[in-house]
Amino acid sequence: MRKSKHIIAVVILIIISTVVLDALFLFMFQRPAQASTQATIIDNFTNIHFAVQAFLFSLIMVLVLYSVVVFRRKPGEEEEYGAHVEGNTALEITWTILPVIAVVIFGVYAIFILNEILAPQPDEIVVEVNARQWSWSFSYPELDNKVSDELVLLVNQPVVLEMQTEDVIHNFWVTEFRVKQDLLPGSMEVLRFTPTEVGDYRVRCAEICGLQHATMRAPVRVVDQATWDAFQAEMLAQPKIGDLTAVERGELWSQQFGCLGCHSVDGAPGAGPTWLGVYGREETLADGTTITVDDVYLHDSILDPNAVIVEGFNPNIMPANFADRFAEKEAEVMQAEGLEIGIVEDLIEYIKTLQEDTNAN
Amino acid sequence: MRTIIQGLVGGVIAFIIGAALLGIVRLAFGLSFWGGEASLVAGWLAFVIGWLLGVGVWEYWVREWFNLPVKKFEATGTSRYFTFCTDHKVVGIQYLVTFLGLFLLAGLLAMVMRAELMAPGRNYMSGATYNNVMSLHGTIMVFVGVAATVGAFGNYILPIMIGAEDMAFPRLNALSFWFVPPVAILLLASVFSNGYDTGWTGYATLASSTREGVIFYNLAFFTVGFSSILGAVNILTTVIALRAKGMYWGRLPIFVWASLGTAILSLIFTQFIALAMIMSLLDRVAGFSFFDAFAGGDPLLYQNVFWFYSHPAVYVMILPGLGIALEIISVFSRKPLFAYKWAVFGMMGVVVLSALVWAHHMFTSGMDSPLRIPFMITTELISVPTGLVFLTALGTMWGGKLILKTPMLFALAVIFNFLIGGITGIFLSDVPVDIQLQDTFFVVAHFHYTIVGGGIFALFAGIYYWYPKMTGRMYNERQGKIQFWWMFIGFNLTFIPMFWAGLNGMNRRIADYVPDLGNINFFTSMSAFFLGIGFLLFVYNMAVSLKKGEVAADNPWGGYTLEWQTSSPPPLENFDTPPEVVGDPYGYGEPDAKHVIFPAPAATD
Repeated sequence: MRKSKHIIAVVILIIISTVVLDALFLFMFQRPAQASTQATIIDNFTNIHFAVQAFLFSLIMVLVLYSVVVFRRKPGEEEEYGAHVEGNTALEITWTILPVIAVVIFGVYAIFILNEILAPQPDEIVVEVNARQWSWSFSYPELDNKVSDELVLLVNQPVVLEMQTEDVIHNFWVTEFRVKQDLLPGSMEVLRFTPTEVGDYRVRCAEICGLQHATMRAPVRVVDQATWDAFQAEMLAQPKIGDLTAVERGELWSQQFGCLGCHSVDGAPGAGPTWLGVYGREETLADGTTITVDDVYLHDSILDPNAVIVEGFNPNIMPANFADRFAEKEAEVMQAEGLEIGIVEDLIEYIKTLQEDTNAN
Repeated sequence: MRTIIQGLVGGVIAFIIGAALLGIVRLAFGLSFWGGEASLVAGWLAFVIGWLLGVGVWEYWVREWFNLPVKKFEATGTSRYFTFCTDHKVVGIQYLVTFLGLFLLAGLLAMVMRAELMAPGRNYMSGATYNNVMSLHGTIMVFVGVAATVGAFGNYILPIMIGAEDMAFPRLNALSFWFVPPVAILLLASVFSNGYDTGWTGYATLASSTREGVIFYNLAFFTVGFSSILGAVNILTTVIALRAKGMYWGRLPIFVWASLGTAILSLIFTQFIALAMIMSLLDRVAGFSFFDAFAGGDPLLYQNVFWFYSHPAVYVMILPGLGIALEIISVFSRKPLFAYKWAVFGMMGVVVLSALVWAHHMFTSGMDSPLRIPFMITTELISVPTGLVFLTALGTMWGGKLILKTPMLFALAVIFNFLIGGITGIFLSDVPVDIQLQDTFFVVAHFHYTIVGGGIFALFAGIYYWYPKMTGRMYNERQGKIQFWWMFIGFNLTFIPMFWAGLNGMNRRIADYVPDLGNINFFTSMSAFFLGIGFLLFVYNMAVSLKKGEVAADNPWGGYTLEWQTSSPPPLENFDTPPEVVGDPYGYGEPDAKHVIFPAPAATD
């Protein structure tokens, strides 16, 4: 009789605890706005997990706490032992088989959910995502391959991101979309989603990628049709490379290749020396010698950044692969516009213009 | 101290020889004599050999190969803890104290991180410093997790539990400990080399381009692997060969089974981490391109090899802890271990399944998408054998006479914390959910619940439980309970908010975050400082009780297992008379239950 009383009490407590915990979890672990169809699917699935895990937690902890309270040794029982029970085979077999069945059911269900998240949509548009230490850029094949440093998307328009990294592994993550994908060197990774809420969000890099991993972020804007049309027009109105001066091109490259992540143009300190007034300046190097910054020095420092290091800065921070990346871009421009340019030279021309007095004007 | 100085001198001389040998080869190829990172690597590999010869391998071991007299081991006094000592009890204490020291150090690094994360923006340190602190914290804590519990109790308690006089290979045992100090030195030295950014995982290809401290990380992981493998060989051989008369497999205490499972994992899988480290080093210093996609390599290959060890390593960290928790729960419930054979089966099931789940760390890595499904299933299946271990704990407590002393409180907290770690692991095992949660603070909270909440809480449980045996003194019970509640509350207040932060956009390994995560991080930091103080309470209790604690009885907890049937602390070869095992180790509630008898030695003359 007493034994069945314990079991009834425990069952009731487990049910109460499951219900209370599930409600508590949903209250405690509210998530940010659901801004994609994927977000809704993933959140609903996560909520099922909260319910199942509330039950599992209750099952174990109710038994533990019940034992602690009810079977606690009372004064005068110092010499007493519990019953010599060595096991219960039926219980063990049940305890093994039930979770196996649950895992199989959950697994099959997850396959369906996963397919739903990953399914290609018939009318999706492509945006190319390029990442490097430590910045993002987004290029629109349908808009003449024009490049933007914020990701602008049309609401309810399925999108497929074709993502590439220029150096190490990065990870594209927008919390409100609930999706995440690593960018692997040497291959193109694809990420699909459909944004459903107009708003401002943020891409975060979720894979450690070096010094400024924490701030490797980029704005994301999901916009309505009118704003989208305006954005398209604005992108298409961007001048061709051929229409730009060397200085303007240099400024463009400094954004596209992520230079400004470490080198400020206004004198602010960063992981690398500021570009403001750097041209013509006398710099003290880590080995104590001094040099004057000129075209040759800048050229060498961009392409072989570890050769000389300015005092107070660390080696091995700046990527050493710009020569390859520039050559690739130069070939691209040659193919698109039949134009021969030199990115290093453009950058140097741009840096030359960054002088204290011009800034003051 | 003499031992350590000899080790350092031997190491430095060997370093110079190693680096010089490489220098000569380099000169022959027309390169400069000093090759920077390459010379450091060559020097280090020689340093380890020089260090080991210096600390005692030469004096106590190698000399006999040359027919020279070897030195005798010191058997008594505090100084033996600083020598190449083969007594398994000394080695156990060496492991315990060394890793508690490293735990304190890595814990301080965690405090430094929480100070920086207390508010958004850069507060006290540069991104480089933060990354270095974060990476060192992770690396050292993984070493602590892998080696502290099994190193301490697998060495000290396990041989006594099976009625052995010592480990099967005592000198190998001392050797495996003495691999550890140079690794600690190496990791600390990485601070003076600008550190590294990669975190404890050292992913390619960031490892090739980050600062040079990463080679210290590679070498440290590589070197500490030797310690794991030698320790595993020793535990396996000891359990197989040195069990006392009558100690059948079905009578092994559950902690011995847990350690056996751990040793199997270490022996099989440690070589893969060594391989990952070697390949990573060769990519960086010797111009190989295993992982460089732009030169024909594959960056995902590193992750596969790395996790092929590093997932089983999680069970290396947690299995001994589960064993300790079950020992304590049986003794402090005054009931036999419920379904002993199923618990053993569960532990061995974890050992087998742990080899089949590594890719669940890579669900968002760009691995083949459909391949994620089988790894999701195997990962979720681990809940089945783990569930058997939980059931054993529950069945043992049910209807028992629970005694809520400090070791039992910690053992119950292991159940609580590891359960939270387990159920949050189910979220992460599920591919669609993991796409949202991977690489966020949800993961950080999850693995701290398993490894700290499970593994480290079990280490504390074990220390309190066996403290009287190891020191001959009782710890202070009241302080122990205060420390328990302090740490238990502090731990949960620190890590529960991290689940929330992860769900709300806090990615991993960041020195800075957006302002809307400010409040949750401030709260987390405050809780973390609170938790940190709890460890100092523990150190105080342990240190004071060592001299002032009540003298402990041989069997203060009323346990049946063999370590309680000898004096506290045990004599040099553990038992004055060889024990004979006659029954199972958890005879509670059975009249006249006996686990062991000590037959009078037969007259030999």
